[in-house]
Amino acid sequence: MLDYITSFLGMNTTPGQAGNVFWAVVYIFVVFGGVSVAVVAMNWLERKALAHFQVRLGPMRVGPHGLLQPIADAVKLLTKEDIIPEEADRFVFWIAPLIILCASFTVYIVIPFGPTHAITDLNIGILFMLGVSSLSVLGVVMAGWASNSHYPLIGSLRSSAQMISYEIAMGMAVVSAILMTSLNKSGTGTLSMIGIVEAQEQQQIWFLFKFFPLGFIAFAIFAIAMVAETNRAPFDLPEAESELTAGFHTEYSGLRWSLFMLGEYAAMIAVSSIAVTLWLGGWLRPFPNTLTGETWDLVFSLLPGLTFLALAAIAFVGVIRMPKHPYFRIQTAGLAGFGAVLGLIGLVLFVPPVRDRIQDIFWFIAKVAVFMYLYIWYRATFPRYRFDQLMKVGWKVLLPTAIGVLILTAILGIVL
Amino acid sequence: MGDQITKDPYISHLELGEPDKTFLDSNELIINMGPQHPATHGVLRVILKLDGEKVLGTECVIGYLHRGVEKIAENRTYTMFNPYVDRMDYVAAVSNGLGYCEAVEKLLNVEAPPRAKYIRVILTELNRLASHMLWLGTHALDIGAMTPLFYTFRDREEILKIFEKYCGARLTTHAFRIGGCQYETYEGFERDVKKFLDCVPPRIDEYEELLTTNRIWVERTRNVGKISAADCKALGVTGPVLRASGVKWDIRKAQPYAAYPEFEFEIPTGANGDTYDRYMVRMREMRQSLRIIRQAVERIPEGPIMAKVPKVMKPAVGEVYHSIEAPKGELGYFIVSDGSTQPYRVRVRPPSFVNLQALDVMVRGQLVADVIAVIGTLDIVLGEVDR
Repeated sequence: MLDYITSFLGMNTTPGQAGNVFWAVVYIFVVFGGVSVAVVAMNWLERKALAHFQVRLGPMRVGPHGLLQPIADAVKLLTKEDIIPEEADRFVFWIAPLIILCASFTVYIVIPFGPTHAITDLNIGILFMLGVSSLSVLGVVMAGWASNSHYPLIGSLRSSAQMISYEIAMGMAVVSAILMTSLNKSGTGTLSMIGIVEAQEQQQIWFLFKFFPLGFIAFAIFAIAMVAETNRAPFDLPEAESELTAGFHTEYSGLRWSLFMLGEYAAMIAVSSIAVTLWLGGWLRPFPNTLTGETWDLVFSLLPGLTFLALAAIAFVGVIRMPKHPYFRIQTAGLAGFGAVLGLIGLVLFVPPVRDRIQDIFWFIAKVAVFMYLYIWYRATFPRYRFDQLMKVGWKVLLPTAIGVLILTAILGIVL
Repeated sequence: MGDQITKDPYISHLELGEPDKTFLDSNELIINMGPQHPATHGVLRVILKLDGEKVLGTECVIGYLHRGVEKIAENRTYTMFNPYVDRMDYVAAVSNGLGYCEAVEKLLNVEAPPRAKYIRVILTELNRLASHMLWLGTHALDIGAMTPLFYTFRDREEILKIFEKYCGARLTTHAFRIGGCQYETYEGFERDVKKFLDCVPPRIDEYEELLTTNRIWVERTRNVGKISAADCKALGVTGPVLRASGVKWDIRKAQPYAAYPEFEFEIPTGANGDTYDRYMVRMREMRQSLRIIRQAVERIPEGPIMAKVPKVMKPAVGEVYHSIEAPKGELGYFIVSDGSTQPYRVRVRPPSFVNLQALDVMVRGQLVADVIAVIGTLDIVLGEVDR
C-alpha cells in the first residue's frame, strides 16, 4: 500500500498518467480546495480593489480590513431562505447552478500548475477544457428557462448567444497557438496542456511573442473573448444589473445564487489559466533565455518567498497603522497573526526542497493573478456593450481577425 | 402569467392582440420595467412591448410618488408652502425654491436686493452642478460604467457641504425666502466656493477622460434616443435635451431672472439630439456654471439680503407665471391669488414630467438597453414627475 502511494513520487509525472488513484484524489482535493479558496480571496480582492479604484474603502468591518468579509458573506448566503418560485420548473431550476458549477470545476482536471503538478495530462487537454467550459452555457439557459420569468429569460438568451459567438473566435485563437506547438524539431504538435508549455520551453519563446505580432494578436483575441465567455464587464450583458436586474439568476437566492457566483469566478480562473498556458508560458519563469545561469535561477527561485514576505510586510504596516484604541485590539491582533502566517509561509518557501517544487506553481498562479486583476480593472473602467454591438465585435472583428491570424500562422509555420 | 399582465388597464394602449396561453409562444413580449427597477431612477414604471430585444412601444406609468404638492399649496400660506417645493426635485432643491420665491415676488411686486440675487445665483448654479453630477453618475452607472458614480458623488459632497454650512441642510435646503435670503453668507463662504471652483475643472476632465472618448461609451450613446428639434418643440421638451437637438433656448438668456443678465456665459448646444450630444451639452454646461459662479463670487455686492416684505402676505387678486432654467429644463410656477393669505391654485410645470413624454419617441425601434440609456439621459426625478 505504502509502496503504491510512494511509487508516484519517483515517477515524475502526473498522478492521472501514473494511474495512481490515491495521489489523484489528493490532487483533486488540493486543487478544488485551492480553487475554492482562490474564489473566496478573489471575492475579497475584487471588492477591495474596486473600492480603491472608486475612492472608497470597501469592506472594513468584518475582520481587519474586511479580511473575514467573504466568510461572513458565505454564512449569510448559506443561512438565507432558499426560494424557488412557484411557477418555476423545480427540477431544472435546482440542477442549473450545479451544471455551471460542475462545468467550471471539471476543467481544473487538466490545468497544469507545473510539469508534474496537474491532476492528469490528457492528450486532448485543451479540447477537453474548451468543451467542458462551454457546457456552462447549458446551465445558464436552463436557469433562465426554469425561472419562468421575463428578465431571466432574456438574460439567458443573451448569454447563450454571446457565449456561443465568442467561443468561435476563441477557438480560432487557440488553434493558432496549437499550430505553434508543431514547430519543434520533430514537427509533431500537441493538444496536451503540459505539452503546450513544454513546446514553449523547447522553442525558447512564449507563444505571445512568437511570430510577433501574430501570437500577440491571437492572445489579444483570446483575452477579449474570455471576458465575454465568462460574462464579465464590459461584456456582462446577461447579468446587466441596470437593465435586467440580474439576468439569468434574478430568481435565485441564497445557496443557489452563491453556486452561480462560485461557478463564475472559477470559470474566470479557468480561462485565465488557458491563456497563461497557451501564450504566457504556463509555469515557466519570466526571461528564461536572457537571464540565464545559476545566479539568476537562484534569484528567481527566491521570489516566491520574497512575495510572501512582502505581503506579510504589508500586513504589518497595516498593524502599525491600526487605530490605537481598545476597540481595535482584536482586529489588530488578527492582522498581526495573518501577517505572521504569511511571513511563516514565506520563510518555508525559502527552504531549498520546497523552493524547487513550489516555483512553477508560484509562477503559474502569479500569471493568473495578473488576469484576475485585469478583470477587476475592466469592471471599474468600462461601460457595458449593447447586445448588437457585442455581436458585431464578436462576428465582424474578432472572428475574421482570428481566422486571418490562423492562416498567417500556418503559412509562416510552413515557410520558416 | 401572460394573463395577469395583459389585464392591466395601462397595457391597452399598446394594442396587443389576443394574449397567448404562455408568453414564450408569442412573438411580442410585454415586460414590466419598474416601479422597482435599479435603472428607472425611482419609482417609474415603464411597460415595454418587445420584439426580441427591439422596443415596439412603451407606456409610462407614473404616480407612485404622488404627494399632492399642488393641493397642499392651497391650504398653506405663501411662506408655509416654500419648503414643500424643495421636495419635488430633491436633487435640485435650490432651483425649485428660487423659482417659487421669484414667482411669489412677482405676484407681490417685490424685488430681492442685489446681494440676495447674487447669493441666489451662486447657490443655484452650485445646485445645477450637483444635479448634473448626480445625473452623470447615475447615467454612467446605467450604461455600465460604475466608477464615475463615485467620482461625481465625491465632488457633489463638496457642494452639499457648502449648502450645509450656509443653511444647515444638505438636500432640501430651503435656502431662499420670499423677498430675498434668510441667511447672510457664512464666514469663509467665498473662500469655500473659490476653493471648490479651483478643484472642480480637473475633476470634470477626469470624468471626461473616463467617458468622452471611451469607445464603448460613444457606441452606446451616439445615435441612441435621437429626437429632432421639431419633436422637442411639439412635446414641450426643454433644458439640455432641447439644446442637444440644436435649439439655443435657455431661460437664463431668453427671459433673464435673478442676476443672470449681469454674467457672461454661453449656451452649449448639440447637433444630432442623441444621447451623446446630451451628455456633451451637460458636461459643457457644468463648465459654464463654474464660469457663472466665479463671476458672481468675484463681483458679489454688499448690502441687505432681504427686501421689505409684509409679515402677512396677501397678494392682490391676480395670477402670475414665472419660469426659471432648472438643471433639467424649464421649471415654471403658475400661481393664482384670490387676495387671501393662501394661494388659490399653484400649478407647477416640472421639466422632468414634460421631458418624460419624449421617452416613447426616443426609444421606439431601439433596443432594451437603449431604454435604460434614454431614461438616464432624460435626467428625470420622480419626485418632480409625480409631485
